[in-house]
Amino acid sequence: MRNFISEKCKNIKPSGIRKFFDVVNDMPDAISLGVGEPDFDTPWFIRDEGIYSLEKGRTFYTSNAGLKELREEIANYLERRCGLRYDPMKQVLVTVGGSEGIDIALRAMLNPGDEVLIPEPCYVSYLPCTQLADGVAVPLRLLEEHEFRLTAEQLEAAITPRTKILVMPFPNNPTGAIMSRKDLEPVAEVVKAHDLFVISDEIYSELTYDEPHVSIASLPGMQERTLVINGFSKAYAMTGWRLGYAAGPEDLISEMTKIHQFAIMCAPTTSQYAAVQAMRSGDEEVAKMRESYNQRRRFVVHTLREMGMDCFEPLGAFYVFPSIKRYGMSSEEFASRLLQEEKVAVVPGTAFGDSGEGFIRISYAYSLKNLKEALGRVQNFVERLG
Amino acid sequence: MREKILAVIEKNSRIDLKELAILLGEEEVDVANAIAEMEKENIICGYHTLINWDNTSEEKVSALIEVRVTPQRGMGFDHIAERIYQYPEVHAVYLMSGAYDFTVILEGKSMRDVAQFVSEKLSTLDSVLSTATHFVLKKYKDHGTILTKKTNSDERMLITP
Repeated sequence: MRNFISEKCKNIKPSGIRKFFDVVNDMPDAISLGVGEPDFDTPWFIRDEGIYSLEKGRTFYTSNAGLKELREEIANYLERRCGLRYDPMKQVLVTVGGSEGIDIALRAMLNPGDEVLIPEPCYVSYLPCTQLADGVAVPLRLLEEHEFRLTAEQLEAAITPRTKILVMPFPNNPTGAIMSRKDLEPVAEVVKAHDLFVISDEIYSELTYDEPHVSIASLPGMQERTLVINGFSKAYAMTGWRLGYAAGPEDLISEMTKIHQFAIMCAPTTSQYAAVQAMRSGDEEVAKMRESYNQRRRFVVHTLREMGMDCFEPLGAFYVFPSIKRYGMSSEEFASRLLQEEKVAVVPGTAFGDSGEGFIRISYAYSLKNLKEALGRVQNFVERLG
Repeated sequence: MREKILAVIEKNSRIDLKELAILLGEEEVDVANAIAEMEKENIICGYHTLINWDNTSEEKVSALIEVRVTPQRGMGFDHIAERIYQYPEVHAVYLMSGAYDFTVILEGKSMRDVAQFVSEKLSTLDSVLSTATHFVLKKYKDHGTILTKKTNSDERMLITP
């Protein structure tokens, strides 16, 4: 029989996290610090709305771009939280999680050979999605001494005549880094000077701890060349509902909607009704969850530093990204040994790109009790390493 | 800082001071002072334990009693409330808006205990016009905590991107 798999797909490397996942799953007594999703249940009033929509028999497709009322709420939200104005009917698309938005945006924009700049370490999907869309992924290596922020110099140096898109993954998974307005401004200038387009993945925008999130789209002259990707997973603890959205220039949204309608048809209807409610009355719950993450963030950073680990202070998302360079082993080796010897699962930094070498990702989306137990074990481990 | 301290210790009064300070990003001594002040100002009125008595072999009954009263000249509701809340078996007393005046929550060893209290002590107060006693059959949730929940298991996958 012929081999029916495409060369393109064969060349995509499976997610580095996958390998680790399989190992951890064989150890039922392991404690994990490895999840990339909130530990909260979706707030009850949101779940209730989902149940209600099912009871009312709202079990049909919605329009391709999503419920009108949801798109309106999204537009309201972006204006309220980011000072961005979008036409809900022409510039907002409801997607299956932020991930779909990233995928179809790249597919809608890339011609073969177009280069996409991807600051790393970062979420795992930008690179393979770029490759699947025939683009060329160009990693930008973010540095710990810059607190994993992207600098204009770094960006400038990576630009070639083929550069088309810059991905901006902030607040960042896995580092917890954010970009303040003053960090974004010089980057935006370079983007404009070289006529680039930005895909800004702001899925963690509600989870920043010292200052409110600033969208790069809100900087002068940037909205027309930025696609904002966001969603409900992190802010409202709705990962399993699979709902996100993209907001941007009309022509791009229209092309993305074309791919979306053929690939997906529409985002899940139940989730969309629940999400309307999330946007209308979710602010208070979001603030509560943010405060809770913030407390655990302080606890984890404090505890790691106390045991002598180098750990820059993350100001967003729910991860810390301590350096393990002083222990003289690779991230993967550190994570494997920690798992074998102390039964604690963390994710090696290399799962998020080569520039994650020398770091591990620790998620603090766990109860304090769980964090204490797990970090106690990490401490035993690093003490043995000396 | 006060609100943040209260939000944490309202859910967990046993948290140790050092840990509380770390969670809030404050100095331990400042947190200790703030708590001491709030105790003095009667903002923090106690550190109780939430017990689900249904899971013990102890027999207890709770009752909610609606009480209608006539406030007397020179002594408003507060005075009558005081007459009621002095009894140790009275768990809580609230002044209400609406169809009746006080909600009295009573904890007794048996229904007879409660009945006796209502008929002999509460109803016989001069100001009390009428009472209606409702016995609690089962407590599902108390002080914001679901009492009937089985232990919470984490259903998330162990590793996700």
